[in-house]
Amino acid sequence: MSAPILKDRNKQVFEKGKAAFDLQCDRKSVAGSVSQRACVFCGSRVVLYPIADALHLVHGSIGCASYTWDIRGSVSSGPELHRLCFSTDLREKDVVYGGEKKLAAAIRELVPKHSPKAVFVYSTCIVGVIGDDVDSVCKKAGQELGIPVIPVHSAGFAGTKKDGYKAACTALSKIVGTDDSGEVSPFSINILGEFNLAGEAWIIKEYYRRMGIEVVSILTGDGRIDDIRRSHRASLNLVQCSGSLTTMAEEMKDKYGIPYKRVSYFGMEDVSKALYEVADFFSEEDPMMKERAAEIVREEVSKYLPAMQECKTKLEGMKCAIYVGGAFKAFSLIRILRTLGVDVVLVGSQTGNRQDYEQLASMCDPGTVIVDDSNPMELSHYIVEKDVDLFIGGVKERPMAFKLGVGFCDHNHERKTALAGFEGTLNFANEVCASALSPVWRFAPRRKK
Amino acid sequence: MFLKHTTAEVADRKALTVNPAKTCQPVGAMYASLGIHGCLPHSHGSQGCCAYHRSSLTRHYKEPVMAGTSSFTEGSSVFGGQGNLVQALNNMFTVYKPDVVAVHSTCLSETIGDDLGQIVKKAIDEGKVPEGKTVVYASTPSYIGSHVTGFANMCAGMAKQLAEVPAEDAAPLDQVNILPGWVEPSDMREIKRIMKTMGVPFVMYPDTSDVLDAPMTGHHEFYPKGGATIEEIKSSGLSKATLALGAWGSEAAAQELWKKCRVPYETLDLPIGIKATDRFLSKLSEITGTPVPESLTAERGRALDMITDMQNYLYGKRVALWGDPDQLLALSEFLADIDMKPVYIVSGTPGKKFMKKMEGILGDVVPEAKFKNGERADMFLMHQWIKEEGVDLLMGNSYGKYISRDDDIPFVRMGFPIYDRVGHSYFPTVGYMGAIRILEKMLGVIMDKQDRDAPEEKFELVM
Repeated sequence: MSAPILKDRNKQVFEKGKAAFDLQCDRKSVAGSVSQRACVFCGSRVVLYPIADALHLVHGSIGCASYTWDIRGSVSSGPELHRLCFSTDLREKDVVYGGEKKLAAAIRELVPKHSPKAVFVYSTCIVGVIGDDVDSVCKKAGQELGIPVIPVHSAGFAGTKKDGYKAACTALSKIVGTDDSGEVSPFSINILGEFNLAGEAWIIKEYYRRMGIEVVSILTGDGRIDDIRRSHRASLNLVQCSGSLTTMAEEMKDKYGIPYKRVSYFGMEDVSKALYEVADFFSEEDPMMKERAAEIVREEVSKYLPAMQECKTKLEGMKCAIYVGGAFKAFSLIRILRTLGVDVVLVGSQTGNRQDYEQLASMCDPGTVIVDDSNPMELSHYIVEKDVDLFIGGVKERPMAFKLGVGFCDHNHERKTALAGFEGTLNFANEVCASALSPVWRFAPRRKK
Repeated sequence: MFLKHTTAEVADRKALTVNPAKTCQPVGAMYASLGIHGCLPHSHGSQGCCAYHRSSLTRHYKEPVMAGTSSFTEGSSVFGGQGNLVQALNNMFTVYKPDVVAVHSTCLSETIGDDLGQIVKKAIDEGKVPEGKTVVYASTPSYIGSHVTGFANMCAGMAKQLAEVPAEDAAPLDQVNILPGWVEPSDMREIKRIMKTMGVPFVMYPDTSDVLDAPMTGHHEFYPKGGATIEEIKSSGLSKATLALGAWGSEAAAQELWKKCRVPYETLDLPIGIKATDRFLSKLSEITGTPVPESLTAERGRALDMITDMQNYLYGKRVALWGDPDQLLALSEFLADIDMKPVYIVSGTPGKKFMKKMEGILGDVVPEAKFKNGERADMFLMHQWIKEEGVDLLMGNSYGKYISRDDDIPFVRMGFPIYDRVGHSYFPTVGYMGAIRILEKMLGVIMDKQDRDAPEEKFELVM
């Protein structure tokens, strides 16, 4: 059977080795496609959500708020205001007469009750169409209440999820640089695009603390408004998660002269690199930092490597499919899976760009299928065709993999254990082992051998 | 915990909903659509809506959920989404090959004025819908009603657009239409079992059993074997009667069948608990002349037996409920019947009849009960009520888990969504067997707490 690919999507699927690399991406989804992508609002909401002492008010119909109520395991060490769900719950009469008054009243009612450090007001599709002047409502409320009330322009139709990331960055940039008080160490960094799922930011922060580095702010995992205000005083920005916060890093480079580096904390190789790069950056002022980084790497690797080797003996020769939101994560996953002896036979993302896919193509073995903005029909087809043993994806892919009798690891919002850092790499390996090698697959009729 | 934000004083809120006890129409329409055999639901709006609804249903059912989206852009939000929908229909029928596409709108497409009926007609006229394939549609603006309204609107769309009009002098078919309302696949399966046990020929739609509780076979079936067929839905216009279970979920479709095909209907409560199940069976018996068989009477007896055996654990327990009106009305009646006290009830779903009906059920037996539906009837208000005076049991969707933890209250999950437990897909809450299931769940958590809190000398083996 040939792959069930929509005609207009032919060029968004590429099999390495069949022809010279050519993959279209950064396109709007084809209408009618069962795309796994979400919208602009979703992009802004996931980026800003982890800021725990801000109030997140969704201006629109109820759904946008209710579907994003506490669905992201971004852990906070203190306040948890971000886990509540606030909506202006626009009704028919508001659609006719406008929602500005309701929005203004909502902000005025909420702020005294919850004393947030800032308010993010997300405008959704319907607000974009009825034309509420959200900017001026926010401005007025901010002046009146004495805290930042920041509009997030995230009408769902106005682009893709990536545009939502940009809208979130625009909102963040209104907070960055608003506090110059206090001391900041010369050895200081911000970590951008780390959302503290299952406490991952804490693991990473601890490595840097041991190296003698101050983490001024994390955007946005376990985020605090006051930290973000001072973040412009850090010496270096580290950007994780390819898509979401690169715009922010660029802006901080232009505005405050803070250089940035792209890093990944998935896989021992990549974590080590992320530590060494920072040590290199500060090597002139602190030549010993490199040694401290090496010490951490030595210690951590020796702690977790033997167990990783054990996983490798079990997984050797298995075949894996990867479908994730941003492509940058896929690079790390391919590297980890390689060290575990697993072949990646399909890899794709919702929002990768051309550069990402070129790099993916160069990393992969011949025969690997690369997909952009894929859908369950295509993914199912290739899982069967390539005889995949393991799938790495998010909530919508999980039951599909299970139905096909294939192991699964959630590397998205619903991960329950930390997958970043050295210990996270082992957690990942263990999770993969547990699922791919589960005795339950013996009952899966299709794959019975 | 973060619910420290909830204060005991109930301050009147004017402009906002906090921790809603509802969501928006399209997800209900998508759920209803999945109850048609071979159907690909389609969301006419931005991509995010479709992704959120699929994720939400997937989290609740642990099943793959397929649906297409019109993927609105800025252009379509200015010039209308007609082009997107026509192209989408063409693409879906060409590549995904469903028998049926069920299109629902969103707040965006409604506000810009897209007319689904007209666009679908255009697609058909242009040959974008292949011979023998079907498109149904429903207008489901997110700013009206709730997810339950969306479910009802899609069911009404099926009835209105698909049901066959009987020939003038034709006698009705010897079959009854069952509109099950928004219940779980397990409940739909149970209703079918009851109908078969009664020996009454019927058609039921939507029917999500064998769709959202599909077996693990090693294959990913895009269109699992369950769901009401188009033929069945068509024939509902020729049936001799319709039983609409749950006014909010099913009455709209029953009315369409009456208006279009003159099929008379009765609106009943969802058959949750003893009395509501009694009414369902006796109505069936009445319109078909079929007596209720001994086996169902025995099930009723077993449910009653369990109630009487365990009454001292149930008596006087104060219960807080939230969710959808049809479930809440039937459940409140059941709880009051077994001498429990449903004291707080909220539903974000509007509808004036709710307050009146609830008053009728609880007015005399639980005069202290507080209930509210529609705007600002949310979980924040519920929690404030509970802070004022506590309860012994919580029943509702997963969003009660915060209150349960915060105030240490036993919690039975029931309704939509349930993201953090399983079982709802497999064990029904309707019918007498469903009553037994509800009792088992309630008693389990109540007695667990009693055991946990008992001093050692009062920690008993026999309860």
